Amino acid sequence: MTTLPKSTARQLGLVIDLDTCVGCQACVTACKGWNDQGPAVAGLSDRDPYGAEPDGAFLNRVHSYQVAPDGGGAASLAQTVTFPRSCLHCQDAPCVTVCPTGASYKRAEDGIVLVNEAACIGCGLCAWACPYGAREMDPSAQVMKKCTLCIDRIYNETLPEVDREPACVRTCPTGARHFGDFADPESEVSRLTRDRGGYDLMPALGTRPTNKYLPPRPKDRPVEVSPLSPLLEIRAGDPAEGLAGWLDRILRKI
Amino acid sequence: MTSGFSDLSVSVSDEVRSTTCYMCACRCGIHVHLRSGRVSYIEGNRSHPVNKGVLCAKGASGIMQVFSPSRLRAPLKRVGPRGSGAFVEISWEEALSTAASWLRPLRESAPEKLAFFTGRDQSQSFTGWWAQQFGTPNYAAHGGFCSVNMAAGGIYTIGGSFWEFGQPDWDRTKLFVLFGVAEDHDSNPIKIGLGRLKARGARVIGINPIRSGYNAVADDWLGITPGTDGLLILSLIHCLFEAGRIDLDYLARWTNAPLLVNATEGAEKGLILRNAESQPFVIDRRTGQPAPWDGPGVEPDLGATYQGHRTVFQHMAERYLAAEHAPEAVAERCGIPAGRIRALAAELADVAFNQAIEIAQPWTDFRGNRHETMVGRPVSFHAMRGISAHSNGFQTARALHLLQIILGAVETPGGYRLKPPYPKPVEAHPSPHFTAVPGQPLSGPHLGYVRGPEQLALKADGSPARIDKAFSWEAPFSAHGLMHMAIANAHAGDPYRIDTLLLYMANMAWNSSMNTSQVMAMLTDRDASGAYVIPRIIYSDAYASEMVAYADLILPDTTYLERHDCISLLDRPISEPEAAGDSIRWPVIEPDRDVRGFQSVLLDLGVRLGLPGMTNPDGTAKFADYADYIVNHIRRPGVGPLIGWRGADGSKEGRGEANPDQLRRYIENGGFYQAHVPAEARFMKPWNMAYQDWAVKTSFYETPQPYLFSIWSEPMRRFQLAAEGHGAIQPPDHLRARLIRAMDPLPIWYPPFGDDEAAGWGYPVHALTQRPMDMYHSWGSQNAWLRQIRGRNFLYVPTALWEAHGFEDGDYARVTSPSGQITVPVAHMAALNPHTVWTWNAIGKRRGAWALDAGAHEAKEGFLLNHLISELLPARGDGHRWSNSDPVTGQAAWFDLRVRIEKAGPQDRSLPQFPDLPRVVPQGRERRR
Repeated sequence: MTTLPKSTARQLGLVIDLDTCVGCQACVTACKGWNDQGPAVAGLSDRDPYGAEPDGAFLNRVHSYQVAPDGGGAASLAQTVTFPRSCLHCQDAPCVTVCPTGASYKRAEDGIVLVNEAACIGCGLCAWACPYGAREMDPSAQVMKKCTLCIDRIYNETLPEVDREPACVRTCPTGARHFGDFADPESEVSRLTRDRGGYDLMPALGTRPTNKYLPPRPKDRPVEVSPLSPLLEIRAGDPAEGLAGWLDRILRKI
Repeated sequence: MTSGFSDLSVSVSDEVRSTTCYMCACRCGIHVHLRSGRVSYIEGNRSHPVNKGVLCAKGASGIMQVFSPSRLRAPLKRVGPRGSGAFVEISWEEALSTAASWLRPLRESAPEKLAFFTGRDQSQSFTGWWAQQFGTPNYAAHGGFCSVNMAAGGIYTIGGSFWEFGQPDWDRTKLFVLFGVAEDHDSNPIKIGLGRLKARGARVIGINPIRSGYNAVADDWLGITPGTDGLLILSLIHCLFEAGRIDLDYLARWTNAPLLVNATEGAEKGLILRNAESQPFVIDRRTGQPAPWDGPGVEPDLGATYQGHRTVFQHMAERYLAAEHAPEAVAERCGIPAGRIRALAAELADVAFNQAIEIAQPWTDFRGNRHETMVGRPVSFHAMRGISAHSNGFQTARALHLLQIILGAVETPGGYRLKPPYPKPVEAHPSPHFTAVPGQPLSGPHLGYVRGPEQLALKADGSPARIDKAFSWEAPFSAHGLMHMAIANAHAGDPYRIDTLLLYMANMAWNSSMNTSQVMAMLTDRDASGAYVIPRIIYSDAYASEMVAYADLILPDTTYLERHDCISLLDRPISEPEAAGDSIRWPVIEPDRDVRGFQSVLLDLGVRLGLPGMTNPDGTAKFADYADYIVNHIRRPGVGPLIGWRGADGSKEGRGEANPDQLRRYIENGGFYQAHVPAEARFMKPWNMAYQDWAVKTSFYETPQPYLFSIWSEPMRRFQLAAEGHGAIQPPDHLRARLIRAMDPLPIWYPPFGDDEAAGWGYPVHALTQRPMDMYHSWGSQNAWLRQIRGRNFLYVPTALWEAHGFEDGDYARVTSPSGQITVPVAHMAALNPHTVWTWNAIGKRRGAWALDAGAHEAKEGFLLNHLISELLPARGDGHRWSNSDPVTGQAAWFDLRVRIEKAGPQDRSLPQFPDLPRVVPQGRERRR
């Protein structure tokens, strides 16, 4: 068993906007590319990469779901929701408390949940304990890997300050991913969460995730504009006269 | 607990080199990190105008393309039967001297016997120039099977088109309407734009049979039935006309709506009426008298009738007010309730007219009138292949531009903005050049914009001059050529036989051809003497694609990080509405194989053939390689491939002598250059004298080219007149009726060819492909990361069909079209037009290709729809088989496909399967670290 810090000074995490995410997978490969070359994660291997069953470690994956709302009329049209999934850096992280070696831990200074790969025995208990499926066993190294919030970027003084954010956030083409400190009520992530109804994934589990998701806005609403009124009833009566009458009316507008 | 990371400030790499991505067509700026001389990480370049730092899934996976096991390693010569994959490695000297020995006699006797087609080529101004120097009329890139309807439809209407040549005003638009789109045209800019719209709460409407990707985040989704986009658009136009919600001032000033249409029976009927000086004219509202169309102070009268000739505007009103365009008349066919069509029209009008914006920017128009502000209509549109890959795609693209025009939303703030070197009227483009003369270069560029039948690429006997029949009566405006017809026509010897087919970066033996099985047969077919019907095939690619096996000589290209390239204003630049832009690639790493950049190889070959422009009088090479060409080639006096840092000291922009230091300056600047549009010239560009003058200065044209938008297309009417029997150059009789219909000078809609008959023939279902945002053509499957994201494809089936056929997870379906049958895995998708099935493009692979395991999902269960699509339609009543293409441009009508589906139960592989391709590279293995 590994203990969690009672509280963390900062609470770093992500806000992911499901209204804006188009499911392009950019964050998936940006994460893969950054963490494959380290140093915080010692590579993300790909077993049988050109074979029948390629099996690689990805710390961030994007899924797509079909949703069938029941709003009547246009609002009952089926929808597609894309959903990026990675470690939520829970405040009550079950993956940490289940770890038998202390390899999994949560940082007191910023709340980031990490794996000390040198201490990981690859038992897989943490992946079993995580209700979000956010941990990945590296198929070659046989140690557990997970999102580090790019700890080797966000504190990396060799990077320009503007680049000290997670690779997934830096690359997101639609700007659907936001990084910041939830302990600061004035931070962008706190503000977005407030303004847009950011929510926890599966709150009933009591994991208290740090990352928040912004829900898709309502879709396929009836437009709040009255249909256009015709200048005059062209379809009635003599079409030629209708056209002449229409021309006459419209050209008076100039 | 202490951190396992002792040092969080580890330097990312030894060195960063900035170049241009090539993981799709979007051309983003990338930083390539190197560690010990090897690529270690790729990220977006924040200062680059295309992607502004972000990067898509493909771009960040470029590292795996550079390490791909399917990279070709050395030139190859075929030693077994074609298609057998039996090759031996040869030296570059042998490869080049072989190619030269094949091509030299052709150039000296019949240059047209070389057909040179390039696929995902980003050097078209160079490859086209090379083909021009060779003298063959048979050159084109892949636009004919991609999206020429969008390009040509736009240029013939507004003098520009979507994507590279124009984009929404992302900063100001309040309503964005997206018609079916291929998500790499363009990739990151649309995502960045959508993100900005979402961030400020602007509305997004998606019109697409499939609700995925961009359509998934649209506020409203209209799941239109394929091929009916034009019908929907004309119905929106109907509603706007009916209500008088159109921008009359804009139409009167900036379009040909006030010009008069000749009503006199005869050879000029339907052309724009001209005065004694052969100039179009308008009726001035102030006097009621004729006045020059571009006269100072003239107020054109949209409603005028002059001696029986009516304005274009009156013809528009008559057509679009007709009841056949009412929402109630089109709703069922479009699959969209009439109320939603009316609501969309109302929303367009509300945003365009009630929420108009105004910029306090004085400007002067080409008539000399000064305006104190720029008025904007903050409605914008984007469209690409979804609406254009139909046999009615050209007219549909024109209809969409007409909708933008009547809203006053083109080149106004908040609307759709052109990007330099556009706007550019048809008249400022070349017309096609096609006359082959032994031993001589072609007299001008191959591709261009036809204004009338006299510019068609026809021989004296009326037969097509080009192997793809581009610019013939079958496809008069085929501005990008018809690459998808080249192999079929060469095999049929129609219109003539060729000797050598030279292909670059085009997987024609697989996913880039219609009727893939037949194409493989054509490439290997022999005549009575045992010789191949297409005698010689030379292919250049960087990777072991399916096409490699069908070539006689392989010229292995480099990957995109090992080469020079030039993204040029002369063809397809990276401009923004407020800046002309171009860029380069440069070898950020050196190849570790015996491969060469194709463009440098072409130059070498050109010198061996003594081609003008690249050979000195003494027979030596004028350019050492492609990089030398990029810097020193002069297209017109002072104008070369790149506009930045010209002149001996690098101080000149657009025009200036070659600068030997130019590439270094580009590299220092992240690989790109931007020439910024002056503030007064930012909008209203076609009519704005500040823009026109800047465009001349920056080298886009030699004199100002203001013009009116062509709502009424005279070039189209000239073809109708010919089809009606007027003029000396006459179409074949069997094409007359089709030309009269398709060449309507005002945008119309007609059903895609075969669409009305398809259900009766037993093919009730539409079938589409989409390109995923994380794959580009067939390249992605060799990418270890991308193939883990999308290594499988399914036929997605809408709920009603899924239930009607009793499909269950794990089932396969037999899918039959008039030209073929496939058996493929199915999956259910609810957010889908009820009459449409679809799958991801180019996931299916042939066993043995791309260095994949023979059991890879791509080769086992993966599939293509291409087997169901023929380049010819079924025979008509008169026995003729029409090309499966748009009748105006020849664009491949991929999305006209109609099928029927049947449950086939669980299977272990898709059908058809083909014999394994023998490997030209070993199967890929796990990467050593």
